[in-house]
Amino acid sequence: MLEVDVVVPRGTFRLEAAFSSDAPIVALFGRSGSGKTTLVNAIAGIVRPQRGRIVIGERVLFDSARGIDLVPEKRRVGYVFQDALLFPHLSVRANLAYGEGLTPPAERFVDGERVLALLGIRELLDRNPASLSGGEKQRVAIGRALMASPRILLLDEPLASLDGARKAEILAYIELLRDELRLPMVYVSHALEEVTRLADRVVVIAEGRVIAEGPAAQALSRADMGALTGRFDEGAVIEARVATHDAGFELTTLAFAGGELVVPNLDALPGEPVRVRVRARDVSLALARPSGITIQNVLEGNVVSIGHEFGAIVDVTVRIGDTGLTARITRKAASDLALAPGSRVFAMVKAVSIDRRSVGFA
Amino acid sequence: MSGDETGILLLSLKVAFAGLAASLPPGIAIAFVLARKRFPGKTLFDAFVHLPLVLPPVVVGYVLLVLFGTQGPIGRLLEPLGIVFAFRWTGAALAAAIMGFPLLVRAIRLSIEAVDPRIELAARTLGASRTRVFFTVTLPLSISGIATGGLLSFARALGEFGATITFVSNIPGETRTLPLAIYSFTQVPGGDAQAMRLALFSVALSLAALAFSEWLVRRSPASGHHA
Repeated sequence: MLEVDVVVPRGTFRLEAAFSSDAPIVALFGRSGSGKTTLVNAIAGIVRPQRGRIVIGERVLFDSARGIDLVPEKRRVGYVFQDALLFPHLSVRANLAYGEGLTPPAERFVDGERVLALLGIRELLDRNPASLSGGEKQRVAIGRALMASPRILLLDEPLASLDGARKAEILAYIELLRDELRLPMVYVSHALEEVTRLADRVVVIAEGRVIAEGPAAQALSRADMGALTGRFDEGAVIEARVATHDAGFELTTLAFAGGELVVPNLDALPGEPVRVRVRARDVSLALARPSGITIQNVLEGNVVSIGHEFGAIVDVTVRIGDTGLTARITRKAASDLALAPGSRVFAMVKAVSIDRRSVGFA
Repeated sequence: MSGDETGILLLSLKVAFAGLAASLPPGIAIAFVLARKRFPGKTLFDAFVHLPLVLPPVVVGYVLLVLFGTQGPIGRLLEPLGIVFAFRWTGAALAAAIMGFPLLVRAIRLSIEAVDPRIELAARTLGASRTRVFFTVTLPLSISGIATGGLLSFARALGEFGATITFVSNIPGETRTLPLAIYSFTQVPGGDAQAMRLALFSVALSLAALAFSEWLVRRSPASGHHA
C-alpha cells in the first residue's frame, strides 16, 4: 500500500497532492508541468516536501509531524528516469551490480538471473552504455533499479525519449514485470495510451492538484479531461473481456457490461480482461438501428447527459448497460435529433478506430 | 647527462610531483565546492583561488616568505612540528603548488560541472551515500578534467621561477630547479651551452607530461559521449 499526502512549494508553483494505491500499477497522469515528476521525486526523497506523509507498506519514508525524512539511499525506492541515466563510465554489468552491491544481503529478494531474462539484457552485459540503443538503455535502467531489490518502482515517463516501436517494446516488458515480479509500480506519464494500457489505478494531476483518482476506467472517462488529454483524444474507457476470435476475418469480439465490441484481431486469450479506450470523436449516434452500414459496432443505450451546448461541438454521454460512452457530435446534429437526457439512441463505433494502442491488458 | 644535470632534473621532478600530490586533494575538494555548492561570499572565494594566476609570481613568493618564513606567523607554528618550508625544497614545492593551483581547480571544476547531477541522484536512489556517490560516480566522470588540471599544474610547477626564487632562494641541490639553474647558467660566462642543454631537457619533460595526460584521458571510459 502506497500512501502519499504532501505539500511541496516550488517557487510560484505549489504541489498539494494526496493519493493512495494498492494496485499493481498506479499511474500519475497529467500534462507536463502538472507536478507529477515533483510528486515521484518526493517519494524518492529527491525533493523534500514542506509537510506531509509518505508511507510504503509499513515503512514511513517521510512524516513531517514525526520529523521523519529518510535520505534517498535509505528509501529502497527504485527510480527509472526518462532518459535512463546509466553510469557512462561503467559497463552494463557494473551498472546492474551497482545497487545490488549496496543492498544488505538480508534485504535482497530480486533474482538477478530472472531480471536478466525478463528484460532480455543478458547479451548486453559486457557492452558500454554509450553503445546501447534507446530501448536497450531503458531496459538496463529498469534492470539496474530492480537489482537493488526496491519496495516500489517509480517510472518517470520511461518511454518519452523513445520512438514508436521502442515504446511498444518497453511497454511489453513493463507488463511482463508487473505480472511476474509483484512489485508495485508508480508510472508517470502524459500519454493516455500508455496509462490506459498499463495502469489499474489512475491519479489525474493538474496544476499541482489531484483532480481525479480511482480505477482506470472511471478516472480516465471523466468528461472534463479534455484539458489534459487534448480534445482529440478525449473519450471513455471500457472494461471488457476477450470473448471470441474470428480467425477468418481476423477480428476479436470483446464483451462488456452492456454489449459487445468488435475490434481488429487482439493477441489475447478468451476470458482475458482488457481496457479499451474509445475516443469520443469516433462515436456517432442514431435514433434507429441503422442497416446497410459498414460500422461493425452498434450499441443501444440511453443519453445520460449532454455537454456544454454552445460552440459547434457537444459531447453526449450515453449509458450502455453499466458502461458509459461519450460521443462527440455537432450541436446541429444533437438539435436535429432532438437529443435530451433519457433519449434512446444507438451508438456506433467503427471497429478500425480501435487499434492496439487503445487496448490495455488488465 | 652530467651528475649535476641529473640532480637538477630529479630535484625539479621531486618538487613538481610533491606540489601536485599536495594540491590534488584540496584542489578536487575546492573544485567540487565551487561547482556544486552555493554559499555567501562564493565570488570572493573564487577570486581568492584565482589570485596566483593574476598576481606577479614575485608577490606570491614574498607573501609566502612573510607567512611561512622562520619568523612568519605560520612558519613559527610549524617549526616545532618539524615542518620547515623556508629555504628548503619543500618550500619550492609549496610555491609550485600554489602557482599551479588555479589551473588545477579550474579544469577540475569544469569537468565536475559537466557531470549530470541526475546521474548522481540515480546513484543515491540505488542506495549510495553522498560520499560514495562522489567517489564512485562524480570523481570517475571528472577524470579527464583531473588529468588536464594535473598536467597544467605540473607544467606550471616545472616552469615556476619568480615565487620560488623569492621564497626559498636559489640554493644548489636544495631549491635550484630547472628554471633557476638555467637562469644561473646564463648569468656566468661560458654557461650558455649548459643553459641550452637544460632548456632542451625542459622541453622534453613537458612533452612527456603532455603525452601522459593525453593517454590518461584517452583510456578513461567516461571520455567521449555520455550515455
